[in-house]
Amino acid sequence: MRAAALPASGIGWLDAARHEAMQAFLSAGLPDTRNELWKYTALRALEQRGYSARDESASTRMIDEGTFALPDIEGTRLVFVNGVFRADLSRLDDLPQGLSVQPLSRALVENPEPLRFLLSRHATEPRDSFASLNAALASDGVLVRVAPAAQIEAPLRIVHLGAQAEAAIACHARNFVELGEGACLRLIEHYAALGEHAHFTNIACEYVLQKSARIDLLALQDSAVGAALFRRSDFHLHEDAQLELHALELGGALARHELRIALDGDRSRAQTRGAFALRGRQHVDTELLIEHHGRDTASDSLWRGVADGRARGVFHGAITVHPGADGADAQLSNKNLLLSEGAEIDTRPALEIHADEVKAAHGATIGQLDEHALFYLRSRGLPAETARILLVRAFCAVALSGVEPQALREHCDALLLAHLPRENAQ
Amino acid sequence: MLKIDNLHVRVAGREILKGLSLQVNAGEVHAIMGPNGAGKSTLGNVLAGRGGYEVTQGSVAYGGRDLLQLEPEARAAAGVFLAFQYPVEIPGVNNTYFLRAALNAQRKARGEAELDSREFLQLVREKLKGMQLPPELMNRAVNEGFSGGEKKRNEIFQMAVLEPKLAILDETDSGLDIDALKQVAEGVNALRDPKRAFILITHYQRLLDYIVPDFVHVLADGRVVESGGAHLAQELEAHGYAWVRERKPAEAAA
Repeated sequence: MRAAALPASGIGWLDAARHEAMQAFLSAGLPDTRNELWKYTALRALEQRGYSARDESASTRMIDEGTFALPDIEGTRLVFVNGVFRADLSRLDDLPQGLSVQPLSRALVENPEPLRFLLSRHATEPRDSFASLNAALASDGVLVRVAPAAQIEAPLRIVHLGAQAEAAIACHARNFVELGEGACLRLIEHYAALGEHAHFTNIACEYVLQKSARIDLLALQDSAVGAALFRRSDFHLHEDAQLELHALELGGALARHELRIALDGDRSRAQTRGAFALRGRQHVDTELLIEHHGRDTASDSLWRGVADGRARGVFHGAITVHPGADGADAQLSNKNLLLSEGAEIDTRPALEIHADEVKAAHGATIGQLDEHALFYLRSRGLPAETARILLVRAFCAVALSGVEPQALREHCDALLLAHLPRENAQ
Repeated sequence: MLKIDNLHVRVAGREILKGLSLQVNAGEVHAIMGPNGAGKSTLGNVLAGRGGYEVTQGSVAYGGRDLLQLEPEARAAAGVFLAFQYPVEIPGVNNTYFLRAALNAQRKARGEAELDSREFLQLVREKLKGMQLPPELMNRAVNEGFSGGEKKRNEIFQMAVLEPKLAILDETDSGLDIDALKQVAEGVNALRDPKRAFILITHYQRLLDYIVPDFVHVLADGRVVESGGAHLAQELEAHGYAWVRERKPAEAAA
């Protein structure tokens, strides 16, 4: 599998790790729907596809920066086009003090040894087929380190832009983000599209939050409508660490995001908010797996889903409170709206408690637009379509209300609006 | 302005209105009274265009148009307003945003210029005067967390902003204490106008002490069984609805 083309090949330990990961992938194959975490997402269509290992023009394509612009968001950013790091589009000068950012491809070439531990261990356990494939083939990614006590106020942005190319591309990227004790970081992961394409993208992210660190993460997924996107994000929270996550899932023919949040340290907390809005024949799957290990840990998750046309949405929210995680507080709410008869949403909340003095609540609903509310709005003069869209936006707004700054929140709302059907077409 | 002729309406397969006729002219206030189940709310809903109401017979002309052919939003733009018996809570939709969108949608449909946010806020400030509605409610989601009285006053406030030609108040008095009732009545009285008509749907005569109607109609078993002046409400209060049935046994059974 073209290992020779990967950055820093020839380094013994790295070649061995990549080889081992590839063997693991080849022997396991793609997961099938007998796997509980893939129950509603079949990959048969994917198996029959052919992908090019790279886009030869990725480093030279003309890219309009407006394609991935976000309002009121300036500053440090890394931009990847079809998996290839683009220094010309990125901004890595004037890094704030305490923030270290580097593309993985560059770090591997310049100074690979410190990465040995990260790349040769099985970083993301349990490792599934996509994680194995990622470990074997990741050609780039991002290394972020925030020094202890550093407060990085201006958001750091990681942009993956899928650009139309001569053929469908497969790319694999691996990110590591580590926040030192008491550090604070705002991060935006942005998946954007330029033109239509059917690329396959496989991203593995690992976040380590040392004691009292805090990360504020916005994951904005607005990929091309034909794209296949597989993401795995692992979070490890030490004592008193805090994660605040907002996720918006809009694009992709087949998009899956597996979020694994480990509340390892005592009093660590995670707040997750997310929404998907699907149409056409999109299939979007969010797997939210939260593990309470430390004492007095807290997780609060609020997710919304909307599906129109013949789209299918999947939300699996599983919370496990492990033995010893006494005093845990785990809240999960997932509500969904079906806008057409052909749309389908599967939601599976799951809660397992093996500790004492735990406060936990979870609920999931699937419904249709409230006819009373619709009539109320229309009776005041709003056209039916306007009223419908207003209600859907309001339904999702609760998941996005914490996005800052306001201009970014309004941008998210506008993206959501652009994905809602103009008419309630079947 | 409004002419309802021999209206028959079915809801979930059951006939609720059975030949209701009513004429309302501009400037008039009509009270529709009657016992539970007489079809009072059905009348309000069918005029506003709520789904699930099947008109099997009869007609409703409004300003020379066939009202029943219009979508609810077209009725609103034409000046029909229903103050809901149970105003709907709409989480996530800001009250002010909603009201401005509604007003501008109506204005656009009528070919009038839309109001910008400054003009609209000026209008809101003006209409809020004397409404006893806490201004902070304007920045909350529509009716969310409002008390019963606040919801009803919000309906009246919306009416004041939208300035309808025909306002139908569906049991706006129900569940209100006497102070809230007076405030609602003041709101309505302030809007009385030679060009505007009201239909007050109510179970009790109490509201009519504060909004004196020009006509009172008694609705029983799906049709108007008696009409009269404001005094009719007092007689009903004194004698009860059974009194009407006793006086009109032949017609009521017909």
